[in-house]
Amino acid sequence: MKARTVFGVLIVAVLLFPLYWMVNASLQPSGALLRPDPAFFPVGGTLDGYRKAWATQGPNLLSSVVVALGTVAVSLVIAAPASYALAQLKVRGGPVLVFVLLIVQMIPGIVMANALYTVFGNLGLIDSYLGLVLADSTATIPFAVLLLRAFMISVPKELTEASRVDGAGYWRTFVSIIVPVSRNALVTAGLFSFLFAWADFLFAVTLTTGQSFELITVGIYRFVGNQSADWNGIMATAVLAAIPAAVLLVVAQRYVVAGLTSGAVKD
Amino acid sequence: MTLVAPAVTAPPRTGRKPRRDNRFAAWLFLLPALGYLVVFFGYPLAANIAMSTQDYTVKSFYTGEAPFVGLANYAAVFGNPLFSAAVLNTVLFTAGSLLFQFGIGLALAVFFSGRFLGSALLRSLLLLPWLLPLVVSGAVWRWMFDQDHGVLNAALRLVGLDAVPWLSSTSWALPAVVLTNIWIGIPFNLVILHGGLRAIPASLYEAAALDGAGSWQRFRHITWPLLRPVTGIVLMLGLVYTIKVFDVIMVVTGGGPANATQTLTTWSYRLSFGDFAFGQGAAVGNVLILVATVFGLLYLRSAKATLAEAAA
Repeated sequence: MKARTVFGVLIVAVLLFPLYWMVNASLQPSGALLRPDPAFFPVGGTLDGYRKAWATQGPNLLSSVVVALGTVAVSLVIAAPASYALAQLKVRGGPVLVFVLLIVQMIPGIVMANALYTVFGNLGLIDSYLGLVLADSTATIPFAVLLLRAFMISVPKELTEASRVDGAGYWRTFVSIIVPVSRNALVTAGLFSFLFAWADFLFAVTLTTGQSFELITVGIYRFVGNQSADWNGIMATAVLAAIPAAVLLVVAQRYVVAGLTSGAVKD
Repeated sequence: MTLVAPAVTAPPRTGRKPRRDNRFAAWLFLLPALGYLVVFFGYPLAANIAMSTQDYTVKSFYTGEAPFVGLANYAAVFGNPLFSAAVLNTVLFTAGSLLFQFGIGLALAVFFSGRFLGSALLRSLLLLPWLLPLVVSGAVWRWMFDQDHGVLNAALRLVGLDAVPWLSSTSWALPAVVLTNIWIGIPFNLVILHGGLRAIPASLYEAAALDGAGSWQRFRHITWPLLRPVTGIVLMLGLVYTIKVFDVIMVVTGGGPANATQTLTTWSYRLSFGDFAFGQGAAVGNVLILVATVFGLLYLRSAKATLAEAAA
């Protein structure tokens, strides 16, 4: 019994070593990182990396928050009513629509980026928050619709029909019955939308020029690409960019696993 | 992070025919999503197909002129020696990633499905690499691959081996990005396969144990066959998502050195946004769509079969 736990801890330690190494490097002076033998513990560490990261990437972190929250809002506002219709109201062509939503998820992001670049060029949406929110939503809306629909199918019909009998319209039923009972599913869809938009690099690098603002993922990419020896600054930025994922794992672990598994196997 | 396509199909519902107002209301609820699909998928994809038949350059953005060139972009792409290299890299990257992600993920799923102190907590910690932005993971691994100061080479030197020029050698760069991507993909395989394992009735294992079956025999004759449908789904989804991996390669190697890690995805990016040959970038993109859709349809078929089996 004990032996299994020890072995399990060992496995986790090996697999999470890269993350430890990131934190370790972020706390050491740049000079120390370029010595031939790495220091395995940040003894006598420094917060210089974080100061640099905050100074150069602080605005980018803020921009990423804006885009991620915008994506959550747009995704839920569009996806929730659609899921309600697909799950609870009979729509002719509903199954076809579900199929289309599954298929569009298979489209490689680079294709969307390429196409959206020319479309956005004409619409003046290059270098805009709105453009990035709309682009990120191409990934999150199909996902959110399918996830919410799978949940809303299980909402008992008696509940919504009772509301209808009481004289509530479809909209009232949606707002006062469906949305409250689907709270957990909405949280899950929102969390995943946030994480996706926060982590997005492809749209951020293709649909912005970096002239008016930059997202944190692009910031890290440029930082790394500068061939700089400033690895403690890079790793400090990486730690800051990893915080939402870590927070989520601690605070909303249940939702994360639910979203992940409901995604792949179950209905 | 990659979003995962939720599967599939509602259970068949029976009941009265919908009333007319019901249908009308349903369409109102669907309208925003439909509009979004048409504007942000339909139109761009059509534009992408059109673009692949045009000589689309930077100038086209100012003049609005992009002459029709038929299939010339496809001819140029297929005739480019980089095409076969990119296809080979994509196949090696995908196959290598899937094989090890799955193998390691399965081993871990079996290990962590045993109940022991802390198993649930440890398992959830292993999710972290999957939740991180890929750019973060890429940057960390790039630092670990550093030839002179990276921890991987320090470890090799410690056991008396030579340092490896991970990112500057054309033969090591692809294994390096594959290694990174394996690390990223393990949690996904672990969680899904773990779910599949939990669905196998414990009574089967108890019966097998009574018959004196060892742990390998139990795995071989119970776990593996009963896990097969889930296996199919995991591999198919992994395939669809690995073919289009972009961030990891861009951050770790940028497709280099000397195109040694250039895949169809990164090449499409370079054609469009590096060489500004948008027509050719679109052509490569359409090839990718074709491949992804074929495997996507296969995935849907296997997912449906799984659900049918579960219902039976």
